[in-house]
Order: sequence, then C-alpha cells, then structure tokens
Amino acid sequence: MDTGQGNGAGRSTASDPDRLRRLLRAKDRMDSASHEPWPVARLAQVSHVSPAHFARMFKDAFGVPPHRYLLTRRIERATALLRDSTLPILDIALQTGWNSLGTFGRTFRDITGESPGDFRARMRAMPHALAEAPACYVSAALRPGLTIAVSEKRRREEGAQNGATETEDMP
Amino acid sequence: MTQGVAVVGLYVHDQDAALAFYVDKLGFRVHTDARNGDYRWLTVQHPEQPSFQLGLFAPQPPTVDAATAQALRECVAKGAMPPLVLQVDDCRAAYERMRGAGVEFTQEPIERYGNVDASFRDPSGNGWKMLQARRG
Repeated sequence: MDTGQGNGAGRSTASDPDRLRRLLRAKDRMDSASHEPWPVARLAQVSHVSPAHFARMFKDAFGVPPHRYLLTRRIERATALLRDSTLPILDIALQTGWNSLGTFGRTFRDITGESPGDFRARMRAMPHALAEAPACYVSAALRPGLTIAVSEKRRREEGAQNGATETEDMP
Repeated sequence: MTQGVAVVGLYVHDQDAALAFYVDKLGFRVHTDARNGDYRWLTVQHPEQPSFQLGLFAPQPPTVDAATAQALRECVAKGAMPPLVLQVDDCRAAYERMRGAGVEFTQEPIERYGNVDASFRDPSGNGWKMLQARRG
C-alpha cells in the first residue's frame, strides 16, 4: 500500500495523486455497495486518511461530500430498479439502503422531482434507446446531479420552512 | 488490415508499475519500450490483438508542462479518465484469475441482459469494464 501522506494531513491539500488514488478507493467501495452504511470512519479507513479530514478531502477531490455522493448512487440504483424490474417500491427502498419507504420516497422526490411511482410509470411509457452502451456508463451518465444538499433543495422548494438536515437520511 | 486505429494511450502514474500490471497481471505483451532521456514510449498489446497497441504514457514535461502533468496525474488518480472496455470470453473465469493475481476489482461479475461484466482499476486509477458479450 502506498503512503504518500506524511503526518501533516491537516495542512495538505487533496491533490497528492497517491492520496487521491486512495480516496478513489473509498468512492469505489461506495459504488460497489451503496446499500451499505458508509460512516466516515469506515470510508477513512479504506482511504488510509484521518477520519477528521476525510470528508473535506473527498469533497475537494470529487466535488461533493461523501454522504451526498452516496445518496446519488442510491437514487441511481433505485431509478434503475424502478425502470428495469417489477420489484415493489418498498423492496427497492430497502435494497438500496433506506430504512423506510417514507424516507426513500421523500428523498427520491427531492432529488428527481417526482415520486418513485410516477418515475416508474413514466419510464414504462418510454422506449429504450441506449441499449448499445454498457449499462454502467449509461447509468452513471444519467446519475442525478446533486450540487446542493438535499435539505437545501427541499428548503428552496418549500420556502424557508424548518429544514431537516441531510444527515437525517443517512445511516 | 492496413488502416485503422493503431495506438491508443493511457496516462499512468508510474510506467514501471503499469508495465508490471498490464503484463504480469493482465497477460498483455510488451510491444515497444523505448527510452530517450526521461521520456519513455511504452506500449503493450493484447495477445489476441496484434494490430492494436495500448500506450502506457506518463504525463510529464516536455510533452506537457509540469502543472499540466500534475493535473493529469490527479485526474487519473481520481478515476476521471474515459471508459475502457476489455472484452473476454469468460468474465467469471477471468475475474477469478485476475483477482488471484491481485487485480483491484471494483465490481464483481454481474449478468445483465445476457452479458456478464466486472470492473477493475489499474494501479494508476484507470477504470476498466471487463465484458463478456452475449453470444449469438
């Protein structure tokens, strides 16, 4: 295992390629098991960086905080299952990492702008055009963009009501 | 075939590490390994694809300036380079063999619509999809 980090993690930027490569490993692990809980301590361990600095380093490297990245991956998987399977929506929610249908439905709607059921109905009505490209690349390309926190998005859309925090949705 | 794409290059963080990976772990062969000072033109070939070379190039001056080289190294390490696809006859067998050799898989084989695919990365961070296409 490479160790390009030194002991001044707090001072260094996230631009060291060795460290970026290790941060990528944490991103890969979330990609491969987005239904699992990914607390910062677990991700930091994968990347061999300090838990105190992991979230900032990840955001510097990939542009979004790790928990928000995980949310987009879960929604991406859920949209694929809604589109391509006949699984009940509750099963999809549980399989993609949510503990309740309510939280899943609310987060899905906040991010995509429609309910899981409406999304499924709309997809059913559309012909599939991208069958020639490898599925994962298509999936990644259609990943929901989440440039602001879910809670912020929710706040903006509802008018400044009392916003739930994004971390509420995470294990 | 006399016309077509002959070389496509990857940027790698370390050419020695890349060579060891593509040759020892993936089973590619060295096609050209030519040095001129700090510059090294390094290409490998899939054993069943003699008309195509995969270049393993280091972003470095004077080909690119130092700051650009650093930015490219960061992009590679972040997995931000374009998709690569390796076609195989038997994805699960290749997966077992390569995993045994120490290849870092990011997705184990999954069957989708008759295709089987897995994902791995080279030491630099370049991401490969390994694809067994549906037969017929």
